[in-house]
Amino acid sequence: MKDKLHQLKLKYQGKKMAPAFNALHTFLYTPNETTHSGAHVRGADDLKRTMNTVIMALIPCLLFGMFNAGYQHYSAINGFPENFSLVNDFLTWDNFLIGITTVLPLVIVSYGIGLGIEFLFAVIKGHEVEEGYLVTGMLVPLIVPVDTPLWMLAIAVAFGVVIGKEVFGGTGMNILNPALTIRAFLFFAYPTWMSGDKVWVHGAVERAGTADAISGETILGSLAQGSDYSYSLSDMFYGFIPGSVGETSTFLILLGGLFLIFSKIASWRIMVSAVIGSMAMGLIFNGIVDAGWLPEYSKFHTLMSFPYWQHLLVGGLAFGIVFMATDPVTGSQTNKGKWIYGFLIGFLSVMIRVFNPGYPEGVFLAILLMNVFAPTIDHYVVRGNIKKRLKRLKTATIYPKASDEVDSLKTETA
Amino acid sequence: MSKDIRIRKGLNINLVGAAEQTTSKAVTSNVYALNLDDFHGITPKMLVKQGEEVKAGEPLFYNKNYEEMHFVSPVSGELVEIVRGARRRILSLKILADKTQDYVINKVPDLDTADGAAIKNYLLQCGGWPFIKQRPYDVIANPEATPKAIFVSAYTTAPLAADADYVLKGKEQELQVAITALSKMTPGKIHVSIGKNSRSAFADLKGIELHKISGPHPAGLVGTQINMIDPVNKGETVWTISPQDMVILGELLMTGKFNAERTVALAGSVIKAPKYYTTKIGAEIATFLYASGVNEERFRLINGDVLTGTKTHTEGHLGFYNNTVTAIPEGNDYEFFGWNKPVFNKISNTRALTFSWLQPNKKYDLDTNTNGEHRAFVVTGQYEEVFPMDIYPLQLLKACMVKDLDEMEQLGLYEVAPEDFSLTEFICISKQPHQQIIREGLDLLQKELG
Repeated sequence: MKDKLHQLKLKYQGKKMAPAFNALHTFLYTPNETTHSGAHVRGADDLKRTMNTVIMALIPCLLFGMFNAGYQHYSAINGFPENFSLVNDFLTWDNFLIGITTVLPLVIVSYGIGLGIEFLFAVIKGHEVEEGYLVTGMLVPLIVPVDTPLWMLAIAVAFGVVIGKEVFGGTGMNILNPALTIRAFLFFAYPTWMSGDKVWVHGAVERAGTADAISGETILGSLAQGSDYSYSLSDMFYGFIPGSVGETSTFLILLGGLFLIFSKIASWRIMVSAVIGSMAMGLIFNGIVDAGWLPEYSKFHTLMSFPYWQHLLVGGLAFGIVFMATDPVTGSQTNKGKWIYGFLIGFLSVMIRVFNPGYPEGVFLAILLMNVFAPTIDHYVVRGNIKKRLKRLKTATIYPKASDEVDSLKTETA
Repeated sequence: MSKDIRIRKGLNINLVGAAEQTTSKAVTSNVYALNLDDFHGITPKMLVKQGEEVKAGEPLFYNKNYEEMHFVSPVSGELVEIVRGARRRILSLKILADKTQDYVINKVPDLDTADGAAIKNYLLQCGGWPFIKQRPYDVIANPEATPKAIFVSAYTTAPLAADADYVLKGKEQELQVAITALSKMTPGKIHVSIGKNSRSAFADLKGIELHKISGPHPAGLVGTQINMIDPVNKGETVWTISPQDMVILGELLMTGKFNAERTVALAGSVIKAPKYYTTKIGAEIATFLYASGVNEERFRLINGDVLTGTKTHTEGHLGFYNNTVTAIPEGNDYEFFGWNKPVFNKISNTRALTFSWLQPNKKYDLDTNTNGEHRAFVVTGQYEEVFPMDIYPLQLLKACMVKDLDEMEQLGLYEVAPEDFSLTEFICISKQPHQQIIREGLDLLQKELG
């Protein structure tokens, strides 16, 4: 097969379809390219391996999301089981079946449409198919509500890939995180679908208005409306709560994050500083409430008194910090800048959450905002280095050139 | 007095096939060649016609932009061929060596009384000058500029490169003469860096500022040391010279003879018995390659080390500046699912199912495969881990790619040479040609502002 594919590669060389063929070929076999200039040996990593590592970190979240889709569905109908057991109540075939039928189509649509556009652009522009969408395509189904209609997702993906990435020149050139662009498009184009208490649990929308109506409000939604929620802290941490497909299990996200830090694929600086940032903002709000500065009429801000560290357990904050904020292309590129960038993401996420009861999820907006500011942060960090160099220049020992001396002598004598 | 410098950022690339520390004399080569690509940016003007006889040390050509700068023949013999390429550009000069070598004996200036200008003229005339290189631009030193300091690295960290301590053994006298001569050409210091625990020939020499350096590659690159000791600012010039070339300079200043002999490491996993050979600049590599034997039919022969050397072939000749010849397997083969399998037999500075971090001292047998395709820059923060200079590598590379002269200058292009980016190139996930980008950036900067 290796030789046959090699023959085919030679056959396609220079033709229009070459990028499409090469994408499939390099998926099966690392190419036979050898070094031409510069270093004659190269390290083991390429972009495919990097992207693949992120996907591996996402797989547990995806699987958990599938089971959780079923679990939330049946719990909304039958009530939550009293003595919860992981094996009997959660990891069941029924739950998985719901997950497979609801989540898998999201994955297929996301990859199908997204990669389709990538291939199309590669063939038109004659460059190789780049791997960026491998991660985006996996992120997208994990950050949408489980009952997102597939046609909406398809339109959003097309929008996100074309406007969010391809118009800038493809992977590595984009300004905004494509997955979040897709999420933002869904939210602003179909706001009634993407919020409220129906979309988070499979089947809730179809049953609305009937005798079997069910609902599943997210914890953030409940908090924003000032109502109570019935989930325990361990539910929140392990993720047995309603929410977007992959964002609920803080535990698995934490594992994924640790894996990414260990493998040196994602920046620990961004993750740590974002956690610090979100806690700082949470503490400020908690402090304001404790100090009693709030007048009676603004007491509806229930989220303000939400314990600061629990912000990390609910909603998409943890998922956003680990998998979205650390996108190297759209984030800050300097190590110092990463600290500032991450901190502000955490800080702004909690701020938006608290101040915007209409849509109490601030993470994607905060990250998109910071995506825009990342180059500015980098600019000032790099300026610092340039200033240091300019300062050094003042004490530079520059000797005149031999020819200059002769010239100056000539002018003196003349 | 010596100062200690410790480099923390970097990566040692441990390869199979390091040269054993024994030296044999290579078979005398029939034909010697000077490869003009070794002299970056020099336009040659020939002084000798094809078919004419030259002595060893007799000028073959001069620098068109600086007529006094001569390039001499490493051996005596007949100039049998001037190899030309496109637009009649001279690629290399081939000399058929005489059986008995006949040297030009130059009149040596008296080192005690001679001033810098006299030594400069002597080196320019007798072919010793091209060994001195300068920063900025990483080219042969401009004789008109006065360097603020001269840097010599006698610490070897590049993979499989000839060990400076070993090849300099017993050359103290030549080195001392070279130092004395060089010190007359700069008002500044001569900084020499040696390994922390090394027994370097430089250890007891006079007139130098000795630095003891430790840490992983690129600690041994002179650019790293300049950055740590006394970085180059805009308008400043520093000179660099490799210690083995100082030996040739030293002999030139002692005896008046241009003796192109040097000890070369023949290394790499393809070589059956990797070791050192004494030979001359421009000798056919085959004269010692087959003495050590090769394991494979298809291999890459490199003039220099695997990170910075130039590609050559079995009929090729030893480069003007090289003291290492490396042979590694070609990697023009496909690897099934190479991008997601766990990797145990390649080096990486990540841990993304790559396991070289488990055994930092294991020796690897790397081939020339790129291990992936060329992509746009995606990952960030990776280069900084192996780049010890106080420079933003990614930003500088991008400035060179978009030809932004102001940025290039401000971000420190004056301080670097292409070789300083060899390690970032090695680990680059996007497989970008860093050294080429920096070389083109330097050429542009020199053309526009130099």
